[in-house]
Amino acid sequence: MKSKVQSSKSKVPISDGPVNLSVQLGKLKLQNPVMVASGTFGYGVEYAQLLDLNQLGAVVVKGIRLGPVRGNATPRTVEVTSGLINAIGLQGPGVDGFIKKYWPFLKALKAPTIINIWGTTVEEYAEVAKRFDALGNVGALELNVSCPNIKKGGAQFGTDLKLLAQVVAACRKATKLPLITKMSPNVVSIAPFARAAEDAGSDALSIMNSYPAMAIDIESRRPKLANVTGGLTGPCIKPIAVKLVWEAAKAVKIPIIGMGGIQNAADAIEFMVAGATAVAVGTANFYEPQTALQVIAGIREFMEKQNLKDVKGITGSVAVKK
Amino acid sequence: MFEQTVQIVSNARDTDSYFRLVLRAPQIAPLIQPGQFAHVRILPLPDALLRRPFSIFQVAGDTFSILYKTVGKGTGVLARMGAGEELSVIAPLGHGYTVPKAGGEIPLLVAGGYGMAAMFLLARRSPQKGIVFVGGRKRNDILCEKEFRALGWDVRAMTEDGSHGEKGLVTQPLRAEIQNSKSKIKNFKIFACGPTGMLKAVGKIAADFNVPAELSMDEHMCCGVGVCLTCVIPIKTADGWEYQRTCTEGPVFDARQVVWGEMK
Repeated sequence: MKSKVQSSKSKVPISDGPVNLSVQLGKLKLQNPVMVASGTFGYGVEYAQLLDLNQLGAVVVKGIRLGPVRGNATPRTVEVTSGLINAIGLQGPGVDGFIKKYWPFLKALKAPTIINIWGTTVEEYAEVAKRFDALGNVGALELNVSCPNIKKGGAQFGTDLKLLAQVVAACRKATKLPLITKMSPNVVSIAPFARAAEDAGSDALSIMNSYPAMAIDIESRRPKLANVTGGLTGPCIKPIAVKLVWEAAKAVKIPIIGMGGIQNAADAIEFMVAGATAVAVGTANFYEPQTALQVIAGIREFMEKQNLKDVKGITGSVAVKK
Repeated sequence: MFEQTVQIVSNARDTDSYFRLVLRAPQIAPLIQPGQFAHVRILPLPDALLRRPFSIFQVAGDTFSILYKTVGKGTGVLARMGAGEELSVIAPLGHGYTVPKAGGEIPLLVAGGYGMAAMFLLARRSPQKGIVFVGGRKRNDILCEKEFRALGWDVRAMTEDGSHGEKGLVTQPLRAEIQNSKSKIKNFKIFACGPTGMLKAVGKIAADFNVPAELSMDEHMCCGVGVCLTCVIPIKTADGWEYQRTCTEGPVFDARQVVWGEMK
């Protein structure tokens, strides 16, 4: 019996064809528009044996605050139909732990690193931004103002227009690095929030973070997560995210990184047609680590088939009848 | 670790809800250490997107096998798959058992239910033979007893309903064995795999008699490679405790390092 063997690395051939896949997020240039979403890719090194990280548009690391974070009690995740609810609680090593343990590996990569940062006060966000500004070689900072699983910080900032503007402005003052604001989906209308982030100096928006959610065991009548509620991700949230990208794209001029349930190139292209300049693969990394590379190859194939020379031509090409 | 699309060689029922799955995986098989696991993508089912982790049961040539119990949607679908069909596997993963050395401590293996799967490769690779304590609810939960005997190990079977072996919990004969051979205490080492309750009881026995113990922890997992932080358990540190990953720092931990009071 023959077994189909694939090599462990670079399964997906990414040829250098005539199409231009590069995109710009503020002053950060990406070789292609496909990144991985914060919290689904650790600090990159964990996946280094399974795929060539340098093929990615960017590596986005898990959220980091000033000090180490233990995270929430378990169970922390629960699988639901076409998705996953998580309440990890931003477990992490803090700025110093990250720099010591993970930065030597990341800074040696050809692909840029985007560092997702958070805090419990405006001052902490700014302080973390300052620390990473001083590090050098960081591609961009992504401001996590939208994590639903921590009591202080996170979504508290992303769902209040005034606080959001304050956090972004404080980080803008603290660093010259490109700033990406990761938006909460849990608002009545995303347009004013997108505009507030843009006006306060954000160079790009990540849309969206996980959607607040809950699952209950009907036998024990207990919530399935120790944190009771969590954030929903995976294919089931994609239509929500596509709509938010479309709405935000109409409201701002800065580029948008679309994310939420991307499993293949068609999903990614849909986000771009809605208005995203770049995309991020999230939960799919957990079950198919090759997804981001498959998406890059698939976008190239789509462009060749459609005779498109520049990937930027896809962005915002949705045809909505008035 | 490798990600491979592998072919099913066979997938046969063992006892009622247990199956033995043999996969041809030439890159993976030679690398496997006892106590490591394979992360298997069964099918892109909308109800079961994630991979399922399975202890590696046996290794033979370019194949390895897993012994699994049908417990949910993923394993339910897996049980209906047959020879020639394909699965995506990431393996070998995790930090396994320390294989006992010839002339070293006498290994006491403790296995509950499908925990036996993780123990068998250890027994097979260990030049030092010892005792295997196997336990389950009923007769059909006692797996691969004959295979352990064929390797020359002393097997003690326990069932909760008394339908096979002695009636009771697997930890009872373990405690008795250590208690009754006090002069040999320093020469024992416990290796265990099974449900968390059993592991906690084994950890207590190890502490009571000061016997070293390696426990393979059974936690829910998503990614299997250390990024999602789902499978964490509380582990002692110099100044308290921290959550460590069952998929990466584990699944095998030193029993003395586990902070049972902080477990869910």
